[in-house]
Amino acid sequence: MSILKFTRRTVLAVTAAATMAFILPAHAQTPADVLIVGQIAEPKSLDPAAVTAVNDFRILMNVYDGLVRYKDGTLEVEPSLATNWEISEDGTEYMFTLREDVKFHDGSDFNAEAVKFNFDRMLKDDHPFHDTGPFPLSFFFSAVESVEAVDAKTVRFKLNAPYAPFLSNLAYPTGLIVSPAAGEKHAKEFGRSPSGTGPFKFAEWKSNERVVIEKNPNYWDGAAGMQAIVFRPITDANTRTAEMLAGGIDLMVEVPPVALSQFEGDQFKVVEQAGPHLWFLILNAKEGPFADKKVRQAANYAINKTALVNDVLEGTAEVAAGPTPPAFAWAYDESLEPYPYDPEKAKALLKEAGAEGVELTFYVTEGGSGMLDPIAMGTAIQADLQAVGLKVNIETYEWNSFLGKVNPGLEGKADMAEMAWMTNDPDTLPYLALRSGAFPSEGGFNSGYYSNPEVDKLLENARIATDQGERAKLYKEMQQIVHDDAPWVFVANWKQNAVTSDRVENFALQPSFFLLLKDVVKK
Amino acid sequence: MTGYILKRLLSAIPVLFGITLIVFLIMALVPGDPATAILGSYATPENVAKLNKELGLDAPMWQRYFIWLGNMLQGDFGQSFALNRPVLDEILERFSATLILAGTAFILCAVFGVAAGVISAANQYGAADKAITFVVLLGISIPSFFLGMMMVLLFAVNLRWLPVSGMVAIYGGSDLPDILKHLIMPALALAVVATGVVARLSRSAMLEVLRQDFIRTARAKGVHEGQVIWRHALRAAMVSIIPVLGIQAGFVLSGAVYIEMVFQWPGVGRMLIDAILKRDILLVQGGVVFVAACYVLFNIIVDVAQSMLDPRIKT
Repeated sequence: MSILKFTRRTVLAVTAAATMAFILPAHAQTPADVLIVGQIAEPKSLDPAAVTAVNDFRILMNVYDGLVRYKDGTLEVEPSLATNWEISEDGTEYMFTLREDVKFHDGSDFNAEAVKFNFDRMLKDDHPFHDTGPFPLSFFFSAVESVEAVDAKTVRFKLNAPYAPFLSNLAYPTGLIVSPAAGEKHAKEFGRSPSGTGPFKFAEWKSNERVVIEKNPNYWDGAAGMQAIVFRPITDANTRTAEMLAGGIDLMVEVPPVALSQFEGDQFKVVEQAGPHLWFLILNAKEGPFADKKVRQAANYAINKTALVNDVLEGTAEVAAGPTPPAFAWAYDESLEPYPYDPEKAKALLKEAGAEGVELTFYVTEGGSGMLDPIAMGTAIQADLQAVGLKVNIETYEWNSFLGKVNPGLEGKADMAEMAWMTNDPDTLPYLALRSGAFPSEGGFNSGYYSNPEVDKLLENARIATDQGERAKLYKEMQQIVHDDAPWVFVANWKQNAVTSDRVENFALQPSFFLLLKDVVKK
Repeated sequence: MTGYILKRLLSAIPVLFGITLIVFLIMALVPGDPATAILGSYATPENVAKLNKELGLDAPMWQRYFIWLGNMLQGDFGQSFALNRPVLDEILERFSATLILAGTAFILCAVFGVAAGVISAANQYGAADKAITFVVLLGISIPSFFLGMMMVLLFAVNLRWLPVSGMVAIYGGSDLPDILKHLIMPALALAVVATGVVARLSRSAMLEVLRQDFIRTARAKGVHEGQVIWRHALRAAMVSIIPVLGIQAGFVLSGAVYIEMVFQWPGVGRMLIDAILKRDILLVQGGVVFVAACYVLFNIIVDVAQSMLDPRIKT
């Protein structure tokens, strides 16, 4: 018996001692002049030309500037490193005047040569630093034929054809300007030793732990509010939520819908912002029941989008009306109304089309960027279609396998598939996914083979028009036609969310989904 | 003995080759490629083909296998697509974090498991035995990731005694007390199941030994009960406990995958999951080969240790 007592006492004593030693000082708050951000993943690189993920953009937008940027709270372009620009009559020449006295964080000058270096590096195979790539999104600028430094403060872009989204692509992270001196010095390692002109400069990157950026006191647009910002990769959403609740981070992005109720107290602020995102169902318009427009419309009437948005997504999205997200305010047709939830009308349409009780194959993904809660949504949609007499068989795939199935086209495989897109210009999604020239066989994403010559024409014309009012008119016309033709079921526009502690002030999310932290301060 | 060790080491070579071939084929045949994963929405066939070419993935499969194998034999595991840094650097950094976590959990499970088993056996059917058996059953039945999440809720979110996740404080300090503070919860959560298994098997191993004649002799000669249990009986029982510990070491290492996800521990398990989702082929291949090599090596060590303890096993 004596052994037992001794052991038990020892165990207790050791445990107690260990506990006291480590936990007594209650977990400290985060420092007052440092903002700690809970990110969803480790960045791939801090070279803006080399990355594709929103997660990485969130850091980059605070370290670099582009020639232009999105005006606060909108997706409209305003001057940044370029103070103004002129577009030639035929829309193929852009002449930018650059801001004076701007320096990169490494001390070198920002000038026309620097701009030329950036685009040549990305676009020219024979550029000495082209091998610092690959640059997966360089096709954003595939219309650029040449970049010319006219003088130190003037730079001219020549395009091979008029291309209206050019300015808005320059505002995208792929168009951010890096320091040529740092690029040449670090070459392939530049992604880990970045240098830009932004409100914060790079300080430290410890793999899997943190990326730290520090205030740039000489920023041309006024110094930042925080001394430093720490980005922490926390891939698991539950762990991110727990860190936020425990006070380990000040700001958390992409809060899972089910966790939002945890942040109702006074110590937290929940921020929301609808973005240029569309969640939709691709319908196979080439063969099977959805080749008939009436059946496609029936699917739009049969699915209860309000319930999906409120119950499955817990209010983290809004019901979509058409192919263009309302975040593109200037190009969005306000008069467009979402298809109402009307199962009776759906049944009547199905009867007219003679498609009652048909069987459908439905591709559902397990996850993926912008896909929200795809399995729960897929099941709810299945139930809604079942209720109007359509028998839907779900096939579920992991995201990359799913893309491998859907992107080559649905022909011979499926009748419908989930999909979501997030873009930076109203041109991108319809141009790549609704044109006849964008069938998968042509290298596009029109996996449901929707084809309407009128839509094709509108989209081609909008792309070459350089006047924004003119473009808006064409896009609005396109939305009306596509809404009626119903090549997709328009389901939801995601609202990005974030939570901050009550100490954080001046924080707002942008419709671009970028994270701009220059003006943020902490109490 | 040297001959035996040499023989075991030589027999590991074909195993490792087999592993390289299997992991390469799995990654080559799995649907989805790194270019599609990188490009996401913009993965047009044209863009994918261009990027695959730049990533060196356009060569025929067998050619890519031999290039990879040849480079690896020279210590070059290649460059990770998703992290843009050498695969080997990433693996070594991550593996040391996993070793800290799994090593601590293993020590906990060995010490507490064996102690609990011995105490249980020494008090067979007594109150302590019943209590320990009950707790052990509970420990074996709770999934470790669930236990981990509950610990986070209680100790980090509600009581705020311990940090939620990570290996070091995000601002300031990455000294020993700091790491220990971050280590307590994941190591405990990871150790619980293994401790239960070790306790159960130690208990039965001890009971068997305690029934043997030499124990009765020792007691008859008036040896102190503590000495009988901890010195004479335990030493004899160790022969059957050590292989169990060997198996549990492997178990703890693989269980670390879940725990690393829950606690955001920067270990090799989390690295592999991220890499698979991003189709980071070279990182997955390198990581699997590295971990497999460690397993093989560990198995050899256990076998050798066992043959040293018990000469009958030697072949």
